[in-house]
Amino acid sequence: MYKIIKNEPLTPLIHYIELEAPRLAKSALPGQFLIVRDTQKGERIPLTICDYNPQTGMVAIVVQIVGASSYKICSLKEGDFMENVLGPLGKPSEFVEFTSEELKNKKYLFIAGGVGAAPIYPQVKYLHEKGVDVDVILGARNKDLIILEDKLKEVCSNLYVCTDDGSKGEKGVVTLVMERLVAEGNKYDMSIAIGPMIMMKFASLTAKKLALPITVSLNSIMVDGTGMCGACRVSVGGETKFACVDGPEFDGYLVDYDEAMRRQRLYKSFETQANKDLQIEHLLVR
Amino acid sequence: MANKIDRVPVREQDPKVRATNFNEVCYGYNAAEATLEASRCLNCKVPRCVAACPVNIQIPQFISAVAAEDFEGAMDIISKDSSLAAICGRVCPQETQCEGSCILGVKGQPVAIGKLERFVADYTQSKKKECSCKEKKATDNQSDNKIKVAVVGSGPAGLACAYDLANMGYAVTIFESLHTPGGVLTYGIPEFRLPKKDVVEKEIGKLVDMGIKIETDVLVGRTVTIDQLLDKEGFKAVFVGSGAGLPMFLGVEGENLNGVFSANEYLTRSNLMRAFEKGSTTPIFIGERVCVVGGGNVAMDAARTALRCGSKVTVVYRRGEQELPARREEIHHAMEEGIEFEFLTNPTEVIGDENGWVKSIKCVRMELGEPDESGRRRPEPIQGSEFEIETDAVIVALGTKINTLIASTTPGLETDRKGRIVTNETASSRPGVFAGGDVVTGAATVILAMGEGRHAAAQIDKYIKGL
Repeated sequence: MYKIIKNEPLTPLIHYIELEAPRLAKSALPGQFLIVRDTQKGERIPLTICDYNPQTGMVAIVVQIVGASSYKICSLKEGDFMENVLGPLGKPSEFVEFTSEELKNKKYLFIAGGVGAAPIYPQVKYLHEKGVDVDVILGARNKDLIILEDKLKEVCSNLYVCTDDGSKGEKGVVTLVMERLVAEGNKYDMSIAIGPMIMMKFASLTAKKLALPITVSLNSIMVDGTGMCGACRVSVGGETKFACVDGPEFDGYLVDYDEAMRRQRLYKSFETQANKDLQIEHLLVR
Repeated sequence: MANKIDRVPVREQDPKVRATNFNEVCYGYNAAEATLEASRCLNCKVPRCVAACPVNIQIPQFISAVAAEDFEGAMDIISKDSSLAAICGRVCPQETQCEGSCILGVKGQPVAIGKLERFVADYTQSKKKECSCKEKKATDNQSDNKIKVAVVGSGPAGLACAYDLANMGYAVTIFESLHTPGGVLTYGIPEFRLPKKDVVEKEIGKLVDMGIKIETDVLVGRTVTIDQLLDKEGFKAVFVGSGAGLPMFLGVEGENLNGVFSANEYLTRSNLMRAFEKGSTTPIFIGERVCVVGGGNVAMDAARTALRCGSKVTVVYRRGEQELPARREEIHHAMEEGIEFEFLTNPTEVIGDENGWVKSIKCVRMELGEPDESGRRRPEPIQGSEFEIETDAVIVALGTKINTLIASTTPGLETDRKGRIVTNETASSRPGVFAGGDVVTGAATVILAMGEGRHAAAQIDKYIKGL
């Protein structure tokens, strides 16, 4: 059982939740994820890690209500308990292996889509603490889906906000900002995009066009998250990989996004029914 | 003098009824049936059954006790060598082990050793008399020594190792990555073959009652490393029984189509997550028609689970019926329940519809050629024999590979080409780290893993005493 220390809605549909998970907090590194299960009947759900504090044992997650299980998690109150929290899972980001010397004078560009801002945050923070110059593009459909803006601002050099409908920041999608930044003469050594699969697909296409290396983080369907079930398999460079143990981060040029998106829809009909049963469909309108 | 009667049949659920529920197939013997069956044992002077048992249970002795209606005495005899009798009585491949070497089997039917073991375990469990197991008495003269030993994985190897270590007085903590302990007993073997609440939970409960700590939600290698357990948390030794993790897929075109699952995924959804029960929030895909690829116990388990979920099931296996590696009883049960088999058939491609969902599998007929390195005749494709089987889902049960997480996060831990931990008498190349079960042998059986766990416990004791 893992105590909920804090549950704060960032927007009506997105919650920031802090949990007490000391072992996990001590071992977590940027790029890794965790799996939660709210109750004994609950589903195991992979989620990104937004923050962690090895001293206090705190682990933070950001959950967007997209269906029955995430709705139930966001309904948990401070002082309630999460039945299970497992992690950190997956491989840490590549740059964790780099020495300060190797990171010196490097410039990183992060591209966050929607709740993708959550896993981006510990990465940007880590690099910032190492003295690396980091720019962040924070994009979403509209202003209600822009999160962690202030937190990110504190740890990056430049933050560029954009929305599809122009309700906040620049009007337009993240790829337009990527192109503009490079056109304006910004030189990046590496880019990292995390967000909806479709956004990562187009960010990768744009990065390729700009000859900019790009890493993406895949949020595939998982059960155990430890390599046992293979539900999260994804084609990367023509090879089958498991997102949970080989990833979650992969070379953005090589991921078969269309297959990955198709596989994400595997349980769509079950999910629709669960939303109906819980009467939360009205919450999920786009 | 042994009773020259036929083997006492065991009562089972009617195949038509059980095909629609997840209750246990076999009811097991009652006391009268068990006593009668036990009377068949010849009590051989040189018992071949004992030699054929991976943990050398004193089989004739325990059967004699059953014949004398001393069921608790029988349990005491089994407990000297096995900590998981209720489980092994249900899932051991007896036909290739104890029963396979029973002298009665030469001309007739062997003694039903597995069913007797199961009866003894179930009987004593139902009596709930603590004297039946005598946990703390198994090795006497040892009080709790407070020396900490860590066990990684709560499957058969880890449970057996922990049981013996606790009996020797060690303070044992088991680390389990999933939310429920039991390893393959919990996520892999279905309810209808190994009931969770009545059997697995109770067997694990016995260990907890002995003072063994189980920490779930800990993935060793990620949540904590072996180095940290040894250097920071005060464990004097670690036993790694993490199993054979990664499922193998077909290696053919279309294996990532929607509707292709590993048997591990399908069974984990059903067994661990209880997706078959009303009220479970974990989805499971129920195709009208399902093809299971493979011929081992896992393939049978997946096929029979799909059948119980309402699918029409075909098992596709590249060798013949005689070569099926599954337990005979499971094959027999599967056939009785109406599962179809396509023998000497190998999938060459999974074909999808326009939305990327499985529509059919393309197969080729096989014939058996010369024996391969495993001693089994090698299946070879028959030219021009390709055909298609229409199906909505494909469940792949072709075995597993080793998860190399622990090896890759533990400096100085030697592994072989396949990622298996290299051991000498269960000791790894890293002092203080021992290993056993599938992570050393590759995918094998519950009883072999259990035997390795027990062996490791003895070695760990020796190692710690020599420190």
